[in-house]
Amino acid sequence: MNEFIFFLNKVVIDGVVIGGIYALGAIGVTLIFGILRFAHFAHGDMMTLGAGLSLAIAVVLSQAGLSTPLPLGFVAMPIAMALTAALAVGIDRIVYKPLREAGVRPVVLVMASVGVMLMVQGLVRFFAGSRMRSFYFSEHKNIFRIHLPFIAARKPLVITEPQILLIVLTVAVVIALHIFLTRTRDGKAMRAMSDNADLARVTGIDTARVVRLTWIIGGALACAGGTMLSLDVTFKPDLSFNILLPIFAAAIVGGIGKPYGAVAGGFLVGFSETLAVFNWSILLRPVKDYVPHWLHVPANLSLIPTEYKITVPFFILIVVLIWRPTGIFKGRVI
Amino acid sequence: MSLLCARNIHAGYGGINILNGVDITLDASKIGVVIGPNGAGKSTILKAIFGLLKVGEGSVFLDGEDITNEAPERLVHRGLSFVPQEHNVFLTLSVQENLEMGAFIRRDDYSARIEYVYDIFKPLKAKRNQPAGELSGGERQMVATGRALMTEPSLLILDEPTAGLSPLFMSGIFNRILDINTAGVTILMVEQNAKQALNIAHKGFVLASGTNRFVGSGRALLDNPEVACCFLGG
Repeated sequence: MNEFIFFLNKVVIDGVVIGGIYALGAIGVTLIFGILRFAHFAHGDMMTLGAGLSLAIAVVLSQAGLSTPLPLGFVAMPIAMALTAALAVGIDRIVYKPLREAGVRPVVLVMASVGVMLMVQGLVRFFAGSRMRSFYFSEHKNIFRIHLPFIAARKPLVITEPQILLIVLTVAVVIALHIFLTRTRDGKAMRAMSDNADLARVTGIDTARVVRLTWIIGGALACAGGTMLSLDVTFKPDLSFNILLPIFAAAIVGGIGKPYGAVAGGFLVGFSETLAVFNWSILLRPVKDYVPHWLHVPANLSLIPTEYKITVPFFILIVVLIWRPTGIFKGRVI
Repeated sequence: MSLLCARNIHAGYGGINILNGVDITLDASKIGVVIGPNGAGKSTILKAIFGLLKVGEGSVFLDGEDITNEAPERLVHRGLSFVPQEHNVFLTLSVQENLEMGAFIRRDDYSARIEYVYDIFKPLKAKRNQPAGELSGGERQMVATGRALMTEPSLLILDEPTAGLSPLFMSGIFNRILDINTAGVTILMVEQNAKQALNIAHKGFVLASGTNRFVGSGRALLDNPEVACCFLGG
């Protein structure tokens, strides 16, 4: 029973948490691709930037003597989201918009986004340094230990406060995004432009406004994802190295250009990672005595070591691109 | 004064001119039909008028105002609507949403206009919640034309509205175009089915290699032996 709880902690809870973070990033990647037709490689660093802004604001709030029932980083996040969204719109105006208007090919925009990625990375390091920083510099992280109501379960389910907040936030974001895309004029215009940008122009849809909205949503959600990840673990200036590949894998697996696909893809990649690094021999422990002794059960039965976790999204990406290039939700063929 | 007055239009793709001085003038509430062989520049002249293609020389006036090389999204505000020949519906949006997008520039209540479109294109009403991508070619053309009508345009530009449709659908579309025109909308369209189109046209334009070859009333062009022999397939 304890082994099962260990499984819940290590695979289910961790999978939901990392999946939610990937989903928040992948929604932005997929929306930007759908509207602007290029892979926005700076997205991981936009997440880092957003997390850094949240941290900076949290420090300011703490020095102002503010103390809140929720983590300060979480309280600071809405302001950071607005700032990241504004920066994303600003970067678009300075970098991508002139290129779009010059009618460049998508690959030029991709390269420009690599440039933006390096710039943002440098900027974050310039202000935040290169070391890790905890969001819990003045508070302590609430950890909830939930004892399951059966006798055999002696170990508790462990979930932290930022993890609960993240799950609530992800659910709220997905519902809000659904309502936005299916019920509002701007949301429908966004779907229309993603469907057929030329026809959107001919129809009189304000395409500049749709582009702006895309960056606002993408930037704000990137900040939310980055902040929640940093709250859960720590703030690292090189956060994007570990997150860029999984969020692209999530966006592509879900079908690029499909927001719901990005959410599904995020969780798929998240669970694949936690399942792949889980030590399966732990689940065999209760039946250890019944396993014939000639069948040697190694102490570690994980598919891949934790430090190679990044290979999981890479593997998923390759499999999907070979077998189903449109992704689960029939996005565009890349 | 003419509603639309395009004079001496030169335009083309990548430096190669397709149009070498085309004139299109059309009075309000009339149907104008552009016909001609493949490569004559029929679709090109529509794109040039609607700002989808840069006009190198010449000018386009709408109701006395110069709209040469104005962006399509601005022209929609001026009362122009354009239905492209291909990819003319949002495939993943429902029929209703396609119509709502047609009304994007409107901030007033356009529900009556949607009902009007469903009234003209009756088959669409039952399929209002279906994605446009699931509809047949004829129904898609209805969605595309309905979408363009949502702004209550003064000039509706149609690029081959019957392309790829079965003859049954074709006459249906022509009848709907007549209905729309009866409601006061000026229509400029390009057609492959020249005879049927000239039948409903107040004015016809026969283009050949990027210039006007014949201009006249639909009836006159149908009766002109040279037009009949060279452009209407005998």
